[in-house]
Amino acid sequence: MYPSAFHYHRASSLAEAVSILAELGDDAKVIAGGQSLIPLLKLRLATPEHLIDLGFITELSFVETEQERVSIGALAKHAQIESSSVAKSVPIVGDCSSGIADHQVRNRGTIGGSLAEADPAGDWAPVMLVLDSEITCVSPKGERTLSLTDFIVDAYATDLEEDELVSRVSFAAPSSRSGGAFFAFKRSSQVYASASAAVQMTLEKDGSCRDARIAMGCVGLTTIQALEAANELRGQVLNETVLARAGEAAASEADPQGDMRGSEAYKRFLVGSLVKQAIKAAARRCQGEKVKVSHFYA
Amino acid sequence: MPENIQKVAIEVQVNGTKYNREVEPRLLLVDLLRDHLLLTGTHIGCETTYCGACTVMLNGATVKSCTVLAVQADQGEILTVEGLIQGDQLHPLQEAFSACHGLQCGYCTPGLLMSSLFLLQNKSDPSDSEIRKAIAGNVCRCTGYQNIFSSIRSAAETMRKSKG
Repeated sequence: MYPSAFHYHRASSLAEAVSILAELGDDAKVIAGGQSLIPLLKLRLATPEHLIDLGFITELSFVETEQERVSIGALAKHAQIESSSVAKSVPIVGDCSSGIADHQVRNRGTIGGSLAEADPAGDWAPVMLVLDSEITCVSPKGERTLSLTDFIVDAYATDLEEDELVSRVSFAAPSSRSGGAFFAFKRSSQVYASASAAVQMTLEKDGSCRDARIAMGCVGLTTIQALEAANELRGQVLNETVLARAGEAAASEADPQGDMRGSEAYKRFLVGSLVKQAIKAAARRCQGEKVKVSHFYA
Repeated sequence: MPENIQKVAIEVQVNGTKYNREVEPRLLLVDLLRDHLLLTGTHIGCETTYCGACTVMLNGATVKSCTVLAVQADQGEILTVEGLIQGDQLHPLQEAFSACHGLQCGYCTPGLLMSSLFLLQNKSDPSDSEIRKAIAGNVCRCTGYQNIFSSIRSAAETMRKSKG
């Protein structure tokens, strides 16, 4: 249980990090909080020749709202996001940041690391997807911004070029009639979720749904958008029938694989239920209610 | 396997004492503490970021020291279980874990003490659900946790009183 030997490079700025990365290419891995990478290094599932440490870069730890746009630096730690004003103003961000693993991991792990790892069981991707987020990447050639849906290509695969790093994720601050919620089902706090569901929706004054975005984690090779489930909500006033239809649509849109966390049928049923719970909490938040969301622990 | 790995000079402050060491980049923080600085109070349990026995404070925040490289802790301030005692006076958390039987074999205790300290530094009168969340990253196979809850509640009360 010891990492294979590697050369260590410490970057003091983003510019320095991408220039080292461009030089070393495929032989290098970057480390931010290291809460996924260090376990992989210890298992020797990753054996890079070079490790580039981003942990001493200070310029990418911001969590800010400017001109109705929320921007989170790639190196913002989960715990920092949890205690930021954005976790209160955009409650789904609070649900996610406060529910990742345990406080020890939240004190180290970063949002940029989580998104760039593109683990299908990661917590941030479904949440950032329903917030219609954009990812900004930097390379020695410059900066580019793309939607999160274009960024995540496959399980553990992103659109990042060899010499590119994520610098920030940003999204439009939801309006006052918009609300969201994120629920995960976990066997214990330290393990990946068995399934998770994120919902961000906007209600009209008459209570009918103007728009909704729904995303599901751990039930496919990437985060899955439940487009049919969202269609079931649009234009409808929420009631048990509408909820049931949305839950069923979400369950059928999921593409889970049976594993130690449950069979395919079990996960399908589970994610449908989580979607319904998230819709209910999101709808209450749309109406200004304070709703405390906690993940379900088996 | 790369050759000629350069060691990295690091400086850490552990429990108020400065240490300068040259370390291999792959050295884990927990092994820096235990094998290089001979502070063996911090335990290694699972080594997979699960059990929390290796929990220490790094720059005021709890971390699992089996999942931090020593080079990442460079220039950092670290508090381990050895740093809780003041002179010969045990920390209120240590007193409470002893008085309330918050341990049996004691293997998980150093980590639980650090997680409990992090909780009480942020919340002086935590609810049961806040305690549950605060020790969710620490596994105890002996106690069934109930006496750990009692210990934390008791220490919280002592610490509130001493603050006046």
